[in-house]
Amino acid sequence: MELIQQLINGISLGSIYALIALGYTMVYGIVKLINFAHGDVFMVGAFVGFYSITLLDLSFFPALLLTMAVTAIFGVIIERIAYKPLRNATRIAALITAIGVSLLIEYGFIYFRGAQPEAYPSGVLPTEKISILGVSINSQSIFILCTSVVLMIILQFVVHKTKIGKAMRAVSFDAEAAKLMGINVNNTISATFAIGSALAGAAGVIFGTYYSKIEPLMGIIPGLKAFVAAVLGGIGIIPGAMVGGLLLGVVESLVSAAGYSLWRDAVAFIVLILILIFLPSGLFGKNRREKV
Amino acid sequence: MTILKSAKGFWLSILLSIILFAIIQFLIIGEYLNGFYINTIFFMGINIILAVSLHLIIGITGQFSIGHAGFLAVGAYASAVVSMKLGLPFPLAIIMGGLVAAIAGLVIGIPSLRLKGDYLAIATLGFGEIVRIVFLNIDYVGGASGLQVSHLTTWPWVFVCMMITLLVIRNFTNSTHGRACISIREDETAADAMGINTTYYKVVAFVIGSFFAGIAGSLYAHNFYIIQPSNFGFLKSFDILIYVVLGGLGSMSGAVVAAILLTIISTFLQDFPETRMVIYSILLIVMMIYRPQGLMGTREITSFFKKKKSVEGGPKDDNQHTVA
Repeated sequence: MELIQQLINGISLGSIYALIALGYTMVYGIVKLINFAHGDVFMVGAFVGFYSITLLDLSFFPALLLTMAVTAIFGVIIERIAYKPLRNATRIAALITAIGVSLLIEYGFIYFRGAQPEAYPSGVLPTEKISILGVSINSQSIFILCTSVVLMIILQFVVHKTKIGKAMRAVSFDAEAAKLMGINVNNTISATFAIGSALAGAAGVIFGTYYSKIEPLMGIIPGLKAFVAAVLGGIGIIPGAMVGGLLLGVVESLVSAAGYSLWRDAVAFIVLILILIFLPSGLFGKNRREKV
Repeated sequence: MTILKSAKGFWLSILLSIILFAIIQFLIIGEYLNGFYINTIFFMGINIILAVSLHLIIGITGQFSIGHAGFLAVGAYASAVVSMKLGLPFPLAIIMGGLVAAIAGLVIGIPSLRLKGDYLAIATLGFGEIVRIVFLNIDYVGGASGLQVSHLTTWPWVFVCMMITLLVIRNFTNSTHGRACISIREDETAADAMGINTTYYKVVAFVIGSFFAGIAGSLYAHNFYIIQPSNFGFLKSFDILIYVVLGGLGSMSGAVVAAILLTIISTFLQDFPETRMVIYSILLIVMMIYRPQGLMGTREITSFFKKKKSVEGGPKDDNQHTVA
């Protein structure tokens, strides 16, 4: 029974990773950039959610929607200011810029606000114990899982059924050809950043309600782990990010359950290195031959 | 004639460095400098070693590694264990720090250097984190509370290690092996096609880089009274990365200048760590947008004193490209 409970915890944690990983994977798929600042968008989302719950007295879902809107705009601003001028620069230059943006958000935030942590108000979501077949599950976990699943279904719908989704898929397949076909590549990239950042913001609010403690540097480790999740599933592949996130969350909970909770953070990176060495295209990726 | 000329430059730089050493040694012995300035000078030396060792990996060989603090940590802990736990003399501790870090570089380099670009970056970042967490969980070295280390680092040691690092990496760059590494940076596929064993050279550069990072780690550990795993997080890796990127990917003197400048800046902003990081990050972003090749590009300081004549072989002085 203990094991099943740990699995459920793992899935809740994994769904947070999955939401962040989706942004990573979409951005990587379209501009081939590891957006290091994505973890910090997640952090900003957590804080926007916190302030909209405490200061504006919103309940969970309005706060979630407001946060998603704010982080979407935030993501687009980051893209327009920092990444757009580097569209044709080398990959390394773009990567270094991403690191710079990440540090700027973290320390800019501390500079203006201070580094003290905040505690999410309890009771944003009902916290009852539901017992099913002898396993007691926190109703929060179920809420979180449902919210994430709904967001992922909406994402799948947007990517596969709408015009902007079609444009995104086209640009990620071949940006030059998409441009020739009359797709506005810049707007499509901005839309990708907006959607990815909105998901990260949602993940931030969910993280805050689940773990209650938020701080300006909280985005670093979940951000890196979400990237691991994206690589695990095959970077650039949307279902891969979901599965990778859930898998990573479950693995982490199982490691904690086995009594090695201090090694939890290391496990994610060991998974990363193993997957990069043995299966570099990820679980869902196809191996492509490199052409010169 | 040309041999004579380069020899002249060599003896000149030896002479200049001895004078520099003597001046600072005189200032320290004569107690003209207080502890704060001495510490800053030590940091400068250590940061120069770190910057130049990472320069070999990123700037010369073009392998984007952002886990350099991991090797620093390995060197620091290895040397601290040798000097504190085993009670062996300090020089041995320095060498052991370097050797253990080099072994770590070999172990991590062989599998991960099969990766390219972004993936290598992330793998090395992951490695750096794993090292930190491993030290956090080993009770023998004190876990999270850290390991007590006595203060053994002195100016002659810092200076000697720094000069050896500079000399080895400069000579390596100008040797056949260094040329092979540069060819990997410029185009790995082409280098492979020309018969260069790319994996071998990448690993060699990685191991040499981590060896010197380990040396820097030994000096770093014995400059503090305590070392903790939290000193070696990825922010430390980014610090080192910034030296190399700011100085110019591919320019050793650029890395040295950037390390000196940024050490001074961070010393002045010691009490305002947020301001320091905000300045660093804005510097990085603006640099990448307006001058992605860094301050010096791939040029060296000495090239400013030479007449504009491209040197036979080697990287062209007007090379505008950063690492491909």
